[in-house]
Amino acid sequence: MKEYLLGNAAIARGILEAGAGVVTGYPGTPASEIVESVVPFAKKYGIHVEWSVNEKVAVEVAIGASWTGTRAVAIMKHVGLNVAADPFMTLAYTGVRAGLVVIASDDPFCHSSQNEQDSRRYAQFASIPCLDPADPQEARDMCNYAFELSEKLELPVLLRPTTRVSHARADVEVGQIEEERSNPEFVKNPARWVMLPVHARPRHTELLKKQDRIRAALSDVPWNRLVLRGDLGIIASGISGLYAEEAIKQLEADISILRIGTFPPPDGLCSEFLEHVSKVMVIEELEPVLEEYVERLARVCNSDLEILGKRSGHIPREGELDSLIVRNAIAEMFDLPEEEVLSLKEAEEILPPRPPALCPGCSHRATYYAMRKAFGKDAIFPSDIGCYTLAVPMGTIDTCLCMGASITVGSGIRFGGEERDICCSIGDSTFLHTGLLGLLNAAYNKARITVAILDNSTTAMTGHQPHPGTGFTVSGEKAKAVSIGTLAKALGADFVETVDPYDIDATIESFKRAREFPGLSVVIARQACVTNARRAGIKRRPFMVNNENCNGCRECVEFGCPAIEFDEDNARINSLCSGCGVCAQICPSNAIEVVE
Amino acid sequence: MKTSECDIIVVGVGGQGVILISNIIGKAAMKAGYPARGAETHGMAQRGGSVISHIRLGCEFGPLVPAGGAEILLALEPAEALRYAHYLSEDGIALVNTNPVLPITVTTGQSSYPPLEEILAPLQRICRSVKTLNATKLAAKAGNPQAMNVVMLGVLSRYIPLPEDMLIESLSESIPAKFLEVNRRAFELGKSEIEEA
Repeated sequence: MKEYLLGNAAIARGILEAGAGVVTGYPGTPASEIVESVVPFAKKYGIHVEWSVNEKVAVEVAIGASWTGTRAVAIMKHVGLNVAADPFMTLAYTGVRAGLVVIASDDPFCHSSQNEQDSRRYAQFASIPCLDPADPQEARDMCNYAFELSEKLELPVLLRPTTRVSHARADVEVGQIEEERSNPEFVKNPARWVMLPVHARPRHTELLKKQDRIRAALSDVPWNRLVLRGDLGIIASGISGLYAEEAIKQLEADISILRIGTFPPPDGLCSEFLEHVSKVMVIEELEPVLEEYVERLARVCNSDLEILGKRSGHIPREGELDSLIVRNAIAEMFDLPEEEVLSLKEAEEILPPRPPALCPGCSHRATYYAMRKAFGKDAIFPSDIGCYTLAVPMGTIDTCLCMGASITVGSGIRFGGEERDICCSIGDSTFLHTGLLGLLNAAYNKARITVAILDNSTTAMTGHQPHPGTGFTVSGEKAKAVSIGTLAKALGADFVETVDPYDIDATIESFKRAREFPGLSVVIARQACVTNARRAGIKRRPFMVNNENCNGCRECVEFGCPAIEFDEDNARINSLCSGCGVCAQICPSNAIEVVE
Repeated sequence: MKTSECDIIVVGVGGQGVILISNIIGKAAMKAGYPARGAETHGMAQRGGSVISHIRLGCEFGPLVPAGGAEILLALEPAEALRYAHYLSEDGIALVNTNPVLPITVTTGQSSYPPLEEILAPLQRICRSVKTLNATKLAAKAGNPQAMNVVMLGVLSRYIPLPEDMLIESLSESIPAKFLEVNRRAFELGKSEIEEA
């Protein structure tokens, strides 16, 4: 049966068909929809699905399940694997019992990320196998197979889709969902599960011994494909293989091609290929993982081989590839003319930029407005990962590094000698992900800073996922709702106030008190995400400008809400208004009124 | 050698429903027995930013339409049509909703929004044909301005090698039943607005 599926839904299908019993993850583009696509099946098939508090937690929960004999998967975006790196690395030593798959979706070109690291390096680093799908079909097939491979090798397997696989759609052949579940039982075995040095040393030896078994297992999988033609060759991994196939068809080139879907790559096929060709181009996105492998192998099997790729400057090491970039690289190899991309000067000259922006009525805008009023533009504003990072034009985002780094970087700025006021901002989901420890550290080490927790009761940027502060699980079931204010106090903040950012004056006053406080102060700005509020049926009357009172001062326009425009002499509120009423409070002429 | 039967680029602003109609087209292609490939924008850019979706009908390669290769540019917003015009092939057709959505850079006065003629002139220069309509107005006429994307889908139905009934079937499967009537009207209005293919 074929379905037109999003890559992430295809991966979820692979998870279901493999009979996984525990599915964990933390939201992050481009991986978020995988967990969400499992949820509708969870109850029927008895699958435990969770949004974990962070990626380290997600991997560790999956490990516990695997050691108990239940197939498990932990899902995250590429940078999430940094958070989970600690368990991930030692897991390769202990190994697994039931199949355990870690999925880290990479984001070449940083479409929605702070870096474009290559997760294949993590698999190399941990000495475990990595599968690199080219499209949604392969993603589903590989995901299903990854559990088998994991059990065969007693190792975790990394599945590494990229944005153009996770967020691609294609007709995908799907199979039956596995209903059988093994009998789970945790079997005590300290030599396996207790990584004291005395146990870890032999497990490292065991891991190194497994490397030949990994290569043997991957030597005949269907995702490594060789077509021998002329003595010029292309070797390409993952989606780059599809770009190369398309380019070869367009150019009608007599060229040999080896497509790679596994790391480590298959030595046998690769040797056969490298012996056949006199010149090879290695095509892959991001890091030269395959290229370094080809360089090493060529020394043994074809030392005269000319190798083109990233080192030779033919294939970029940053950004994403497409069939045109690949076509032109191959054309150059054949001395064929490049196809130029038309550049329209008008598009550059007359088009206004359209960056993503905070939604009309977003409470973060109000919080930042109040923060700026209370702290002034001279204060330092370390920030974090979430929708609120879009507030850069408001002048209240001075740093954004990684999840949870606002409070810690802010502390370091203070300890580094900066004497001006410091006000950090962090969202509710991010605070619970890694901000907690930063706040604890700030309290313990006496950082005199203010921390604003922008609590919109959701993980908004990635598609409105619940978290422990919301009182709901991934399946929509009621759960314990953790109080962020109580947490902040327990972690050692002596000043904790909660405000409604739609009440601008009260929010400004709270920020002023926090600024004056001689220790660590926390302001929780709580107001539901405006998109969620609309979906929940909360309706507020929109606002309008009374032209008689408007003197065109532009104070409301500079607030930056997409619902406020400026016509000739007056401000105007358009149909996007969500009725938050903040602009009416900041208008110095009382010219903004509710539409009655 | 051709590597796709029909390459389509759908562009617009986050929230206009670019992804929804892209999926409707892809599902309809599958019903018609075409292999289909698509690529979407999720995450950060969806917050009122510029959005592009690639759809390839009768294609089994990567999901990205190469620049200069699109048979059709379906633009839900005029400035976005020009922003992605370089995807159009010389023989391509641009289908453009003329109703602008002002970006935050314009509403806050940092940039200005160009007149429609200035947006369309370069488009007309580089491709075979540019068809324009105010799809937002037509959607309002159908009963809901939000159905603008489906008006544009109706326009597109005249230009792609997919049977109309499969597009309609796929539309019906993709939206809640209570909005179906408005969307059917929107589809018809779009289809009849553009006379000849």
